[in-house]
Formats: sequence, structure tokens, C-alpha cells
Amino acid sequence: MLLSLMIFIPLLGMVVVLLLPRESEELVKRVTLFFTLVPLALAVALFISYDRSAAGTQYVVNIPWISAFNIQYHIGIDGLSVTLLLLTALLGPICVIASWRNIEKGIKAYMALFLLLETGMLGFFAALDLFLFYVFFELTLLPMYFLIGVWGGPRREYAAIKFFLYTLFGSVLMLVAMIAVYLNSGAPGARTFDIPTLITLASTQGHALNSLNFQIWVFLGFFIGFAVKVPIFPFHTWLPDAHVEAPTAISVILAGILLKMGTYGLVRINMAMFPQGMDFFCNGTGTWGNSLALLGFINIVYGSFCALAQTDFKKLVAYSSIGHMGFVILGLAARNTEGITGAILQMFNHGVISGMLFLLVGVLYDRAHHREINGFGGLGAKMPVYTGITTLAFMASLGLPGLSGFVGEALSLLGAYDKFKMLTILSTIGIVVGAAYFLWTLQRVFLGTLNPKYEALPEINGREILTLAPLGILTIVLGVWPNFAIDMFRESVTNLINVLQAI
Amino acid sequence: MQPLSNIESLLYFSPELLLVIFAVAVILVDLGVKNRESATVAYLSLVGVGCVFVAVLLTHGQLGDKTSISLFLGMVRLDTFSTFFKILLLLATAATILFSLRSEELDARLKGEYYALLLAITLGMFLMASSTNLLMIFISLETVSLTSYILAGFLTHSPRSSEAAFKYITYGAVASGTMLFGLSLLFGMTGTGDLGQISTRLTELLATGEVSPLAVLIAIIFILAGVGYKIASVPFHMWSPDVYEGAPIPITAFLSVASKSAGFALFIRFFYSGFSSSEVMQSVDWTLMLAVISALTMTVGNLAALPQQNVKRLLAYSSIAHGGYLLMGGVLLTSEGIGAILFYLVVYLFMNLGAFYVVVLIANEEGSEMIDGYRGLASRAPLVAGAMAIFLFSLTGIPPFAGFFGKWLLFAAVLEQGYYWLAFVGLLNSVISLYYYARIVKAMYLEDSEEETTRSSFSTGTFALLSVFVIPTILIGFLNIFYTLSQISVSVIPMQ
Repeated sequence: MLLSLMIFIPLLGMVVVLLLPRESEELVKRVTLFFTLVPLALAVALFISYDRSAAGTQYVVNIPWISAFNIQYHIGIDGLSVTLLLLTALLGPICVIASWRNIEKGIKAYMALFLLLETGMLGFFAALDLFLFYVFFELTLLPMYFLIGVWGGPRREYAAIKFFLYTLFGSVLMLVAMIAVYLNSGAPGARTFDIPTLITLASTQGHALNSLNFQIWVFLGFFIGFAVKVPIFPFHTWLPDAHVEAPTAISVILAGILLKMGTYGLVRINMAMFPQGMDFFCNGTGTWGNSLALLGFINIVYGSFCALAQTDFKKLVAYSSIGHMGFVILGLAARNTEGITGAILQMFNHGVISGMLFLLVGVLYDRAHHREINGFGGLGAKMPVYTGITTLAFMASLGLPGLSGFVGEALSLLGAYDKFKMLTILSTIGIVVGAAYFLWTLQRVFLGTLNPKYEALPEINGREILTLAPLGILTIVLGVWPNFAIDMFRESVTNLINVLQAI
Repeated sequence: MQPLSNIESLLYFSPELLLVIFAVAVILVDLGVKNRESATVAYLSLVGVGCVFVAVLLTHGQLGDKTSISLFLGMVRLDTFSTFFKILLLLATAATILFSLRSEELDARLKGEYYALLLAITLGMFLMASSTNLLMIFISLETVSLTSYILAGFLTHSPRSSEAAFKYITYGAVASGTMLFGLSLLFGMTGTGDLGQISTRLTELLATGEVSPLAVLIAIIFILAGVGYKIASVPFHMWSPDVYEGAPIPITAFLSVASKSAGFALFIRFFYSGFSSSEVMQSVDWTLMLAVISALTMTVGNLAALPQQNVKRLLAYSSIAHGGYLLMGGVLLTSEGIGAILFYLVVYLFMNLGAFYVVVLIANEEGSEMIDGYRGLASRAPLVAGAMAIFLFSLTGIPPFAGFFGKWLLFAAVLEQGYYWLAFVGLLNSVISLYYYARIVKAMYLEDSEEETTRSSFSTGTFALLSVFVIPTILIGFLNIFYTLSQISVSVIPMQ
């Protein structure tokens, strides 16, 4: 009940916002903020009351929905989903506050779409029925298309349709795989979309879902769907465009949550449901045995080098996202406790850190109206507080020990080193390059002589600090006390390892 | 069960009889109406549709616990399947009458004929959905065709409309001639016109080798020409973009929904009950042919829609593509596939009619059917733009709209039979279709109108009618009842 409430309160909020008069902009913002704060409160409540020592899903709701096809409204949370739900619910109000001043037209429609997006994301992380999972997955598409397309930058139309087409392409392949799983799950009438049931069936000897050949194909179908979202090379080209054009708050959601939907799907579906398919692509032998780790490596190194070459601040952060998601893929490919724990932690940390980075870019853009890194210089003297927060975010992102980014990346690499020595060693290049582009950016923007054009640049204001503070605190807390998060999903990871080793 | 005699049958034929009565009444009343601007005949035909609707339900009630009653010595069959389509067709007719009332392009002087023809075409479609005899099938098809030629050319002042009617009639004549030839082949082989008996006879003849499978295949291909022309499948689709563009918008909407539905009703009744027995399916391999036609239809429709600037023409190509998706469900003649077609037709009715209604509204307001006319619609008329966006995304097949659930059923039916390549073609087509549907959405939301934006005013009736299409487009997928209904309607068609 608590969980359903959390998912659908933003939807209710959307209806309320749509009914408000369009002139009362202040009211629209406040109502939206309220409807994002409620899920945050509920998420915190879930986070606290979640039984960390129990395996399996909690807060389960299971109601028949479309009985003709055994489709259920089945939701529940385990350690992984509760962590990402918390992240989603946290970024919700932050993004509303970040949109307070810089959305100039149609604030009502913007907020309504944002609330719809939040319902889609929350529902996705809680869904335990494959059909429901897919519906929520797709539900995020439409609001995102409009949010980028209507409120974005100069090339917004191109970016929005590119995002939409790429994701739809991935998800139709996922749809085929989903139907194939459904049709093979049993005799007509006994088929199911229920994720826990399917996981059990897929590990039952002799069941149609258990065949290696079948698992490889459906693994690929789901994988491409999620890979577009993560994004994994070579499906990543929509991301820089979407990020550059999207308004600040939407970039935060895109990097913070939407990318995690891809990796979450990889864990929830590809790893748990198709362990043999996963094994085929990660066992380190044969033609395909290194492919997933290789993709992770490419993401890390390619993303980092691309980031190094950028002169647009936002594009730099976007490419750094591609690089950092590579660590998640590498950690997952390792399929051991360290790797998976690191990957999940990295998902959460990246959500927090990239959220900060995009907010910070937004702060600068709102003042200077451009994002050209070389156009700044010496801002450190002019905006000391802003410089301090940016440095914190940069350090966290480049993996400075003591801040959260380090723990996730270190664990992922540790796990991966066990299985893929060469690729892991080569992947560390990405960390070095990461340090290079962040430090270089720091130098070009904040050090040196102040560009006289920016003599009057105002310091970061209270509202902006309010959006950054929770995220900043989290990066420090998780840096020194990572168990705060790891405790949540320790049991889930153990579960997953058991499934993976049972083949 | 024995077919009823002609006199006994009349009792079960009241919906059709009522349609005739109202069609005549519309013409007679029209003679007496002095004011040419008055909408009396339109309302009269709406009342007629309402009465027929009640009659359809009552006649269906007379079925009792029987699954079907054969009427007029086996010419026509009354069962859940035909009732399903009759209701669907009546909804389309009612919507078309309402569109016509609001459309400003129709000639006020010809109102009586227009509405009478609309009721007549509905009668033809009723028969298409319930005929079980070759002769009756052909007659019903011709009734519909001849009437639609006139309706397509109804804009007497527009050369485009006349051109549409002319093209329609030329293609139509060829198609129905070809079909008639196929029907005569079939009759020659089996010596009977009754679909049930044809199926039995064919099975025997093929088993004994008296008839070569090739001959049956040729007959099937010829008959497909006629059916394919009605549902606008490749390669019999050429008429439809020109006709759809030239015809009055309400008629375009009607043709794209009702004509297609009736075509599929005929297709299903004919092939599912005549040719789906395993013996026939084994010796005459025509599923691959249907699969290829289906793949080509959706691909051609979608690719041709990409560069269109005229929304009406764009929707015409999109409607061809949807014919292709629907055909997927018919490829293997399984009950799941047919059920999926029926479900999709319901969804398609609402979303496509809704989209056409918006086209009517914009054509009235802007006097244009071009995409440019949709610029900035979101700020001029947010509710209309929102509704249009919902229709278009539903046509693309994006959840949570009903179009997604319909496509899901179709793809599941295809995958179930192992036609993976067809499902892939269909899904890639969905992605392609997003591009052109999104162009309209882009114009409405992402581009600003060049002129000063003044808020358009639409009447409450407009919004009420719009919501009649929007609400089902959102809800159908979430309700169990429509899945069950389409399953039941399939189960009553006799299979051998």
C-alpha cells in the first residue's frame, strides 16, 4: 500500500496541477513540490523500515490486472530497488526546486509532465511483473520527449526525436524478448509475466526457459533495450545531444535516474532471469565470453577520452556519464560479490554525483548564458562557494578516496580484476583521463585571471545551494560510510550470486 | 441446425430492415425540408443509428443459448461475431454523421442523399460481416463499393474529389472483377456457394487429389485481390491515398475505419471458416504469401507516410500500415490471431476516428490540412492538441495507450506461431511510424505559430465528442472486458 501510494501520488499530483489555473504559476510550483516531497517522505520511511537482514522482496502487492493474459499488478522492493527508489524520490523535489526560476513558458505543463515522469520511474523500480515493468519503462518516454523537445535548447527538436527513436528501437526489441519469454513460460493458459516466477522457471532444469540457446537470444533482446538506455557503446550517441539540449533539471533526471533504469534492468532481468545467457557473454572463454566486459571497458575509455575533448561544459559532463556507467557494466560482468556490490553502489553514487554536476553546470549557465569552458577563467575568486561545491563534485566524480565515487569504482574494478585482468588494468586509463579532464576544467574555469566580462557574476544563491546540499552531503557520507547503502542490498546481492552460481 | 426460411428470417433481420427504412425516410424527409442549412436529416439518421443499435442488441438477445442462427436459407449468419462487427460499424457510422454535421466542406444542398448513402453503406457492411455464401459475399461487397464511390466524390466542386471517385471506381472494378473470377473458380471446384460446405468439399477433394492445390491457391489469390482492395493491402492499395485525400474528411475517416473493419470481417469469415482446416492448410501453403503481403503493406504504408505534408494523406498511408499490422494476426488463422485483430479493430476505431476528428476541426479553423496548420496548436487549443497527441502516440503503439495493447496482442499472436521475422518487421515499422506521427506532435508542441496566437474557441460539444474518443483510447487496454469480448467473438465462428 505504502509503495503503491508512493508510485501514484505524483500521478495524482499531475491531475491536480492540470486542474489549477494557468496564471497561478507560484501555486503550480508549490503543489508540484508538495507532490514530490510526499514520495520522498514515503521513500525515506521505506528505507528505514526495510528489513535489511531478510532476503527476497518486501512490501509486495499482487493484484490480478488483465486476467486474460495473467498480467498482474505486482510490485515489491528488494535492496536494489529500494536504493534506487530513494534516489528517484530524492532527485524529484531537487529538480522541482532547480526548475523554480529558469522555466519561462508553460510551467504548468512542465510540472505536470515532470510528475508523470516521476510516476513512471518509481513504478519501474518497483514493478515485479514483466508487463507492468515494460509499461512503466515506456511511460517515461513520452514526458521525456516533451520535456526535452519543448523546454530544451536550440537544437531541442532534433535531440528529442533522436532520444525517442533510439529508446523506442531498443524497447521494441525488448518487447519481442518479453513476449518470447511469456510464450515459453508454460502451456497456453498457464503462462505468466511474473518476474519471481519466471526467475524460478528459468532455473528449473528441462524448462523451455532454461535452454542456453533461448536464454542467449532473449538476453540479447533485453540487453539492447537496456543498452540504449544506459547507454552502452555503440548505442550512446543520443545521450550527448539529449543532455546538451535538455533543461538543467531534466538533465539531472536523465543522468540520475533514466540511465539507471538501463543498468537496473540488466540486473533485474538479464542477470537474474537469464543467468546462462549472462554466463555466455561473461565467462571469459569463447568468442563472446568477454563481450560484456569489453563493452564496459570501451564505455569507460571511450567516454573519458570524448569528455577530454569537449569544450562545452555540459557535454563534458554527459560524456563523463558514459564513462562512469562503464564501471557499472564492468562490475556486473564480473558476477561476483565485489563486482555487483560495486556496480549497484556506483549506480547510486553516479546518480548523486552527476545530478550535482548537471545542477552546477545549470547554475553557471543561468548566469553566463553559455557553457564554453574556455570562455571562463578565474571564477574562483568571484564565486568561492560555487567553486567549493564544484570542486567537491569533481573530486567525487574523478574517484578521490573519501568521497563516494571512489568506493563504487574501486569495488567494481576489484571484482572485475578477478575475472578480466587485462581489461580491468586497461580500464584504469579511464580513471586517469577522468582526473585529467576534471582537473583541467577546474583550471580553465576557476583558476587564472578573471574574464572581465564576468566581473558582476553573482554568487550561487540559497535556492541553488538547497538543491546541491543534500547531494553533497550524500557524497561525503557514502564516501566514509559506504555500508550505509551497501547494507541495504547485501542480501539481494547474495541472492543474485546464488542464482548466478546455480547454473 | 437447419437454416431458417426467408419469412422466418425476417424476424432476425430487423437491424438491416431498419437501416433501409431510415435510409428511405431520410430522403423523403429531405424533400420536405425547406431550410437547406437545417440539420434535420443528420439528426434523423443519428436516430436511425440509435434504433438500429437497439435492434442489433435485441436480435442478438434472440439467439438465446444458441451460438448462431443461419438466415435466408444459409445466406447470412447471425452470431456474436457479426454482432461484434455491427456494433463497431454503427459506432463508426454515428461518429461519421457527427463529423459531417461539424464539417464545413460538405455541400448543404445534397444532405439527404449523403446521409441516405451513409446508412446504405452501413447496411452493406452489416452484410459483409455476416454473409456465409459466396453470392451474398459478392453482393454485399459491391453494395459497399458502389456506395463509397459516390461518397468519395461528394465534394462536387472539388476536382480532387472527382478524381478520387474516378480512381476508386477504376481500381474497384478491376478488383471486384478479379474476385468474382476467383469465386467462380471456387464454385466450379466445389459445386456449392456455402462457406461451410466449401470447406468440407475442399478437404475431401484435396484428399482424393481431384483438385490440385495450385487451383485452390489461384482461387485464393484472386479472392484476396477483392478483399485486399477493401483493406487496402499491398499491392491493391494504390487507390487509397488519392481517395483518402480527395474525399470529404468524414468520409475518409469512415472509409479508413469502417471499410477496413468490414473488409477484415469478410476476410476472417471467409478464410477462417472456409480454409483453415488442417488439410487445406497443409496442401495449400498460402500463409507465407499472407505474411509477405502483411510485411509489405506495413512497410510501404509507413515509408510512404514519412515525407507527407498533408495530414489527411499522411493518415491515409498510416491507415495502410495499420492494415498491414492487422493482417499479421490473420496470417496463421489461429484463434489468438483473429482475436487480436478484433481487439485491434476496436482500438483502431477510437484512435483513428479521433485523429480524423481533429483533422476536421483544424480544417474548419485553418482551412488547411497541411502539417503547417498544426503549428502552435498546443498554445492555441491545448485540449485539442493533447487529444491529438494521445491519438498519434496510441497509433504508434506507445504505452499506456490502447494502441500498445492492441499491437502487443498482434505481435504475441505472430510470435506464438514462430513468425519471428514478421514480428521484427512489424516492430521496426512501429519505430519508423513514430517519426511521422511525431512530426505532427512536433508541429503542435515544439513549433510556434507564425501569427499572433489567439486562443481558438471550440464548443463544449466538440470537447464532449473528443472525449468520446480520448477516454477509450486511454482505457481500453486496462480493462479485461475487451479482451474477453474479442475472444468470444472468435470462438463462435465454426471451424472445420
